Amino acid sequence: MLSRKASCNSHGQDSYYFLGWEEYRKNPYDEVRNSSGIIQMGLAENQLSLDLVESWLESNPEATGFTNGESTFRDIALFQDYHGLPAFKNALAGFMARIGENKVSFDPNNLVLTAGTTSANEILMFCLAEPGDAFLVPTPYYPGFDRDLKWRTGVEIIPIHRSSSNGFKITESAMEEAFEHAQNQLNRTVKGLLITNPSNPLGTTMTRRELNQIIHFANTKNIHVISDEIYSGTVFDSLGFISIVELASQHKSSHNKDDLLSRVHMVYSLSKDLGLPGFRAGAIYSHNEVVVSAATKMSSFGLVSSQTQHLLSSMLSNEKFVREYLSENRTRIKNRQQTLVSGLKDLGIKCLNSNAGLFCWVDMKKFLKLNTFEAEMELWRRLIYEVGCNVSPGSSFHCVEPGWFRICFANMDERTMAVAMRRVRVFVDSMHAERIKNMKSQFGEGERKWSALALPCSLRFEMIEGMEI
Amino acid sequence: MSYISSNRTPLLSKIATNDGHAEKSPYFDGWKAYDKNPFHPTQNPNGVIQMGLAENQLCFDLVQEWLVNNPKASICTEEGVDKFRDIAIFQDYHGLPEFRNAVAKFMGRVRGDKVRFEPDRIVMSGGATGALELITFCLADPGDAFLVPTPYYPGFDRDLCWRTGARLLPVVCHSSNNFKVTRKALEDAYAKAVEANIRVKGLLITNPSNPLGTILDRDTLKELMSFINEKNIHLVCDEIYAATVFRQPNFVSIAEIIEEDQEYNRNLVHIVYSLSKDMGFPGFRVGIVYSYNNAMVECGRKMSSFGLVSSQTQYLIASMLSDDQFIGKFLLESSGRLATRHKDFTDGLRQVGIKCLNSNAGLFLWMDLRGLLRESTVEAEAALWRVIINDVKLNVSPGSSFHCSEPGWFRVCIANMNEETMKVALTRIREFVLRNGDKPGRKEKSCQSNLRLNFPFRRMEDVMRTPCIMSPHSPIPQSPLVQART
Repeated sequence: MLSRKASCNSHGQDSYYFLGWEEYRKNPYDEVRNSSGIIQMGLAENQLSLDLVESWLESNPEATGFTNGESTFRDIALFQDYHGLPAFKNALAGFMARIGENKVSFDPNNLVLTAGTTSANEILMFCLAEPGDAFLVPTPYYPGFDRDLKWRTGVEIIPIHRSSSNGFKITESAMEEAFEHAQNQLNRTVKGLLITNPSNPLGTTMTRRELNQIIHFANTKNIHVISDEIYSGTVFDSLGFISIVELASQHKSSHNKDDLLSRVHMVYSLSKDLGLPGFRAGAIYSHNEVVVSAATKMSSFGLVSSQTQHLLSSMLSNEKFVREYLSENRTRIKNRQQTLVSGLKDLGIKCLNSNAGLFCWVDMKKFLKLNTFEAEMELWRRLIYEVGCNVSPGSSFHCVEPGWFRICFANMDERTMAVAMRRVRVFVDSMHAERIKNMKSQFGEGERKWSALALPCSLRFEMIEGMEI
Repeated sequence: MSYISSNRTPLLSKIATNDGHAEKSPYFDGWKAYDKNPFHPTQNPNGVIQMGLAENQLCFDLVQEWLVNNPKASICTEEGVDKFRDIAIFQDYHGLPEFRNAVAKFMGRVRGDKVRFEPDRIVMSGGATGALELITFCLADPGDAFLVPTPYYPGFDRDLCWRTGARLLPVVCHSSNNFKVTRKALEDAYAKAVEANIRVKGLLITNPSNPLGTILDRDTLKELMSFINEKNIHLVCDEIYAATVFRQPNFVSIAEIIEEDQEYNRNLVHIVYSLSKDMGFPGFRVGIVYSYNNAMVECGRKMSSFGLVSSQTQYLIASMLSDDQFIGKFLLESSGRLATRHKDFTDGLRQVGIKCLNSNAGLFLWMDLRGLLRESTVEAEAALWRVIINDVKLNVSPGSSFHCSEPGWFRVCIANMNEETMKVALTRIREFVLRNGDKPGRKEKSCQSNLRLNFPFRRMEDVMRTPCIMSPHSPIPQSPLVQART
């Protein structure tokens, strides 16, 4: 009755990433009404700085409302030009530049407004690839890509595997391997690479070296590079962030720069940096005129509401607000990240060293019964149902190593965070007690071995591992 | 910029580089002429009047008044800002419950409360544009076809076919019976498809019709239901103009027909709706897919991620549409103003011997200018259209761009301007008709000489080649919003 697309599961919603949300929805934590409910730590949202936006609104009612008489409301309500409200595009371009500390400027004419990056990424696939073609995507990656890049477009994702052995950095050999696999074994034409920088779920920015390698690789294969920079405003330390647009503009290579710029595209949105996911304000940035032209027409299927463009153009053209917001937002994200990282560290749980994002990439391998994804799923179920925290298992991000979890920290208040940490502590204690019990039953009751019980939590597991039994 | 990379693979997709966006249609060409020389009552009184844009601009005063009295509906005002956070983070593709409830209630209201719509069947989309594409992705595989009665809205070619790979097959309708959709025409179109080995997945109707401005009567709707049930194909009803019905007979929605016979397979029926025409809010991109098919609702909801309605807008709309008193007043006043505008225009045209198809809905007239054609061909229609654009300086839309089978019909939009502009438009039409008399031969010469007189330095082709800086949706390049801040 329905189409093949409707009947398949390429929407990717059967992933544990989304199933965890379902569980949360059935039993959501509330400090007052449901204090034993599940705490949502699987939603990468930024709720840390909305008060700054609210204050700005309170101080600027004329800038955003329809109080200038009939003509303003009418003009806005009628405005459906897919080129977008010029004031909004100018303000957005300026905002994006400010995030990158003005190391590169963005031309509003190269911007295409879309209904979030969900739509932006799909539009780019429609523009750059035929059904059956492939895009290379480094793992672990955001589960939504399976829907956004593949579902209605017919494009295939071929993973470029990254591992903890080198801090999940991209390597030339991994890129090459993925390319060969796609072209030779799967017989698919590779049209490009899609990277997320800063990374979801890793929370790391790509180094200049990695970005250069990617560009070099794309040049040799003559393929596109898409950089999803949705988290660029969440970079909170001075290691800094380099936009693909900045790099491509500077790049010296044997290909002429125009050719490279015609294959480099960036995707952005205000959902994470400004914490406004409901507003569906996304954008594509490209120097390729044909892409911009085609994408602009395609944006008809998901334009940004003119009401929202009007509000955001006022907000983002206020330089003082933007400057102060970006700075304060970064500080708050950094503080919250450190709360999570140090809290977990006290429990003997390590996170990947990160400098961005709204989450941490957490190493829970030690809690796995076996080094398998089944064991990871078992652990995940315990975390949801026993610990009451919806965290996202690494397998849902297509991570090749079991045991990694993404834990979000910016979508809750401090008190909820504290509750979550307490729950994790209880869990770690119980895991430790379980481990001791298992070992006792396996190896008998010697006195000396169990003096590890007296050690601080962070050392217990290591001691037990290291002990001779 | 080269489309082909050095290793011979095209750099961009076929979709990105073909004409599937259908923007090369003359429907959009007229806008270019308008764009270059837009009418303004004081600043450019000799400019082209935009009559190719089906928008409803008659009732903004009512909405403005409501906004002033309901500051809480905006999350930016002092009264409403306490809701800002919750709304700003809300991205659930189910949509705000209050939004769905309000839309369902409004849809029922617009249909005289003769049917009830379930909020849980409401799926959001990026305008009706997004809704149509979404439905097509859900119902059709690439290569599958939808039957669509002609004449039809040119945007369908893009919305249903461009990225989906589906195709549209015409069900030809004729002026001899006022462009009614007949069972024979449906059967003929279906048979043609079968012969060509094309799988028909559904029938798309627009009711009230764009460009005709007419509504489908009960018998026709039942005939359509019987046809799709027999062939086991879907029925997609675009009811975007539902509240623009301004005179009897009353609008009958497919939602009513479904209730009348339990034998009908409801799983085949889907409604497309939007607030762009009834309320006049095209910029807000409030599109709705309403399906009686549960699988369609579920799949559609997931797909709606690609074009959700901004939560800020959902919130405003929820507030506005649940104000029963306001909505009652708005709908009454809106249809009254449309009726008046329609009458003024048709009277004005009648006075100079121009007939329109008898209509009781829509934001436009389907004008019969067959008598002004030197011959009954698409070329003659195009020639007449060029004269109307360049000489009469009205951007109207030629019937061929709506895939009309008979040359000489033009769609003229009448609700996107104020009364003064309407009077100017009528005056120009009157003068043109009087100037050109009623002999086809003489008309041709005088048309051409007028063309030459008015455009000594520019040929139409030059105007056409100028890149369009406006989008097909855009109304007003001289909007203060655009000019002041560019």
